[in-house]
Amino acid sequence: MAAPAVIWLVLFSYIPMGGLLIAFKDYRNNLGFLGSQWVGWRNFTYLFATEAARQITFNTLFMNALFILTTLVASLGVAILLYQIQHHFFARFYQSALFFPYFISYVIVSAFVFAFLSTSDGVINRLFASVGREPVEWYSRPEYWPAILTLINLWKGVGFWSIVYFAGILAINPEFFEAARVDGATGWQVTLHITLPLLMPLIIINLLLSIGRIFYADFGLFYQVTRNQGLLYKTTNVIDTYVFRSLKTTGDIGMASAAGFYQAVIGFLLVLGSNLLVRKIDKEKALF
Amino acid sequence: MQLNQWHRIQKKLGNTSTHLFMAAISLACVLPLILVISSSFSEEADIARYGYAFIPRQFTTYAYEYVFKVPTQIIQSYGVSTFVTVTGSAISLLMMSLIAYVLSRPSFALRKQLSFFVFFTMLFNGGLVPWYIWLTQGLGLKDNIWALVVPYLVVPWYVLLLRTYFAQVPEELLDAARIDGAGEWRIFFQVVMPLSTPALATIGLFCILMYWNDWYLALLFINDAELQPLQYMLYTILTNAQAMAANPMTTGIRMPIATVRMAMAVLATGPAALVFLLVQRYFIRGITLGALK
Repeated sequence: MAAPAVIWLVLFSYIPMGGLLIAFKDYRNNLGFLGSQWVGWRNFTYLFATEAARQITFNTLFMNALFILTTLVASLGVAILLYQIQHHFFARFYQSALFFPYFISYVIVSAFVFAFLSTSDGVINRLFASVGREPVEWYSRPEYWPAILTLINLWKGVGFWSIVYFAGILAINPEFFEAARVDGATGWQVTLHITLPLLMPLIIINLLLSIGRIFYADFGLFYQVTRNQGLLYKTTNVIDTYVFRSLKTTGDIGMASAAGFYQAVIGFLLVLGSNLLVRKIDKEKALF
Repeated sequence: MQLNQWHRIQKKLGNTSTHLFMAAISLACVLPLILVISSSFSEEADIARYGYAFIPRQFTTYAYEYVFKVPTQIIQSYGVSTFVTVTGSAISLLMMSLIAYVLSRPSFALRKQLSFFVFFTMLFNGGLVPWYIWLTQGLGLKDNIWALVVPYLVVPWYVLLLRTYFAQVPEELLDAARIDGAGEWRIFFQVVMPLSTPALATIGLFCILMYWNDWYLALLFINDAELQPLQYMLYTILTNAQAMAANPMTTGIRMPIATVRMAMAVLATGPAALVFLLVQRYFIRGITLGALK
């Protein structure tokens, strides 16, 4: 019964894992994987001699760190507010509205981001014009994009994560809140001394799991939303977009496979490390 | 007495500001979509003159008429997306449920090993390059409709969720079925599946949206215009005004690029948004299931 999925996993996961060794070859299309020459660490020497290696490592780590922090703070805040809303209908309504962006594909996201940021017709620049400010050419100014992408990532993810934390709050014994209310605790006191401490295990586990994935960037966000604009690479080029562009645009399979190998190995070590810590806190929540 | 009243007022104010705040961010979440919808019903000239706006200055369905004037490409793409979504979700759900059922049974001897075999793929993968080369050259998934289906069939995380859910079906129930002479297949289809409809619905809907929203597989594997799914077709239109000019559907007199883009975005989101509205309740339950596993 498990056979179809097992065969699929071999074909689509395990065989490509072995294919990682391609990073040590001078891959030629006409020679294929087995026929291509071994070249040792040459692809890596080339990759790490470029400015791109430092850039994509920094951008991936920096942007993911920004995303993890902002999403955590915002979704915790929203979850706590949601819990305070007694009215069932409204709680449901807000949840659904916030959750909606989670299901919008990045192609659509890129369409409306363009409607906001287009230099000549965009909402933002028209707004600037109406208060007498100069328009900004958003798609050629890399310095703004960490903030823009953080905002979009937040917009897309906050609904999902606030529901996760909301469920966490619902799982807290309501007697704690009741007792605090009887004792006359204010909303802030309840949040600081009851809600957050009791949510801490869930928060730490989610944080660790995100850190385990910190070497992997959201390709759709960095590729679609920036419209793949070369001028923005300085702040928006991440490992995943670099690998993709090296493979599909410049056709530099050596560089692409070396960067992919680098990501797979460091990413694996990070997942192992974070999972080890998760295991220490709560065995049930560990991935393995 | 007075203090009490003061408290009540304070509480009311707190409640109102909570509602106001939540309403504001809820609005912020749907506002971009309103902008897209509004622009799709606007006059092209108004967008050029006044920019994109949240309310159309002059309401018109011209962009939609334009898209449907020579609708071959869009109908083709709708067809591709529908086929990929329906077959992909069905096969995927079946395959994942089958392996999840095996993993959920304590009586299965290789349970631990097989679990590890599945979950290791969540921890480690070969990355894009070997995967791409193997799929295109080894498995021939290039300009082939199955290239949009097969690479997403098994999602290890969903297998984990299904397994957790199936494990709640009491073993005694299955033993009773076994005593009555039912084989494992029959038990799976006639006992386990019907008892697990909420989980199957949740994962099934996640699959539907995953396939419907996907453009990545097309970006990698599809060059043939006949095989473009909707999202990818939209992507080419969004990124490439020249592609529109070269497209047979743009041979009309006026070429309202900005509004047609937005109309396409509405047409591509429509079905997904509908599915979301109908079943978001299940999604929310599904996430909770995963979060508190």
